[in-house]
Amino acid sequence: MSFDVQEFRSHFPILDQEIYPKKKLVYFDNAATTQKPKCVAEAVEHYMMKVNGNIHRGTHKMASDATRAYEAVRDQVCSFMNAASREEIIFTKGTTESINLVAWSLGEMCLQTGDEVIVSEMEHHANIVPWQVLCQRKGAILKVIPFDKNGELRLDVFETLLSDKTKVVSVNHASNVLGTINPIEKIIQLAHLNGAYVVIDGAQGIGHCEVDVQKLDCDFYAFSGHKVYGPTGTGVLYGKRELLEQMPPFMTGGEMIETVTFEQTTYNVLPYKFEPGTPNYTDVIGLGAAIGFVLSYGKGKMVAWEEELYQYAISKLSQIDGFRLFGSAENKVGIISFAIEGVHHFDLGTLLDQLGFAVRTGRLCADPIMDHFEVQGVTRAALSPYNTKEEVDSFYSALLRLQQMFV
Amino acid sequence: MKTINEVQDEIIEEFSMFDDWMDKYANLIEMGNELNDIDPKYKVDNYLIKGCQSRVWLYPTFEDGKIHFEGESDAIIVKGLVSLLLKVYEDRTAKEILESELYFIDDIGLTQHLSPTRSNGLLSMVKQMRLYALAYDRKINS
Ligand SMILES: Cc1ncc(COP(=O)(O)O)c(C=O)c1O
Repeated sequence: MSFDVQEFRSHFPILDQEIYPKKKLVYFDNAATTQKPKCVAEAVEHYMMKVNGNIHRGTHKMASDATRAYEAVRDQVCSFMNAASREEIIFTKGTTESINLVAWSLGEMCLQTGDEVIVSEMEHHANIVPWQVLCQRKGAILKVIPFDKNGELRLDVFETLLSDKTKVVSVNHASNVLGTINPIEKIIQLAHLNGAYVVIDGAQGIGHCEVDVQKLDCDFYAFSGHKVYGPTGTGVLYGKRELLEQMPPFMTGGEMIETVTFEQTTYNVLPYKFEPGTPNYTDVIGLGAAIGFVLSYGKGKMVAWEEELYQYAISKLSQIDGFRLFGSAENKVGIISFAIEGVHHFDLGTLLDQLGFAVRTGRLCADPIMDHFEVQGVTRAALSPYNTKEEVDSFYSALLRLQQMFV
Repeated sequence: MKTINEVQDEIIEEFSMFDDWMDKYANLIEMGNELNDIDPKYKVDNYLIKGCQSRVWLYPTFEDGKIHFEGESDAIIVKGLVSLLLKVYEDRTAKEILESELYFIDDIGLTQHLSPTRSNGLLSMVKQMRLYALAYDRKINS
């Protein structure tokens, strides 16, 4: 059965609105956050209205129902990523927290003065700064894999960066600016041959690529719920069990302990060791609904439509005089970062907004990419399977119209 | 010379002639295009207002108790905004600037129509102009 975009779209009532008088919303800021299907809102509402009890604690029914629901989502995420066991799934508030957790705890465990950490030139700041801070703390060195003119990582350079000093390699599955889907299987393989651990920033990968952490053999995989139709404030860190067991806890407090005396504390087992305090179980339950939603359509079908839409959009937009695309890798998610010659991205974003288009403009939390292209910023249209060809058409017409305002 | 409030009222009236926001923006773009560029030697970090999505430079000079501003931005809409602020604050005394209340921004609806994030830098510009005025006021009264 083919993908019915109108049917899919009907799950997202937010899309059907006028954002300014007579200006229909066209939502193209999907790489920042996706919209939520009704079932996610309903799941959250149901738990807030009927179930709420603090998990893992109470003896009463509400607490145990909530605990069961929260832990069921862990099982669901476990099978969604094909992790080997549920203990390998840690809930966080998002990709940023997940990466900070690994950077701190894995860094404590394995990094010494003079060791090296490798990231890439196309990382989001969330996958640069935690490693930079770690390197400063440990007297370690941060190395960078460059990308080429198409926006693809230079694996040849990567191989020369790897050495027995390399302890961690952390790269994104897909770039939030260039859209490139990186050859992470290869990167993982090469890093492992050198005995380095590999962290994958899956913020843009999880919604668009098949993720099988056992097949990939990555050591860690981080993502945010809000970029796969789930609520904000939810995130996941997958980590291999033997590593998570050795790593010291990142944050401490209630729930993550086994016993506490004033002299000493022993820690709880996985995954609780990494989940101190009351977690955001309400929204995690929403994340469960979001994953169920994705599975009911199948990522493959969703991505096939997004890919068709992307090709359609590129064929249209590249007809615009002075259109410049940032990132033309062979293998891409539906992210179109671009500039139109002579038009500043802020001006473009402001006027697109007036016409009802939600796009992202600026440096997109990726200064090194902007420096690479020597630009101050870009405009980004990030497609989702609920977007339509009609929306792309109207975007194309809007750009032509706006371009006229700047001549 | 008109007072700060007289200039503000004129701007409000000018913008009220356009019903459609696209026309208001077209007007801002026109103003931006008309504003003289500042001398490239002042387009340096020292005069750059930080934290905006576009780059904005603001260069003050002080003469006969008055402050003279020049400004520029690489985004044309922002340059239009700079032009509005210059109209209001150009060649004023520090006291006039410090005692003024800027209501035209709200009145023409720019606050709702420009994203409240740091991105447009309008508020940073106003703040910077007032800081220059404050510094100048301290200097001449000390
Ligand atoms: C590639 C990438 N990494 C990390 C992040 C940070 O995600 P979050 O803000 O949800 O923690 C993002 C979000 O934009 C991203 O696109």
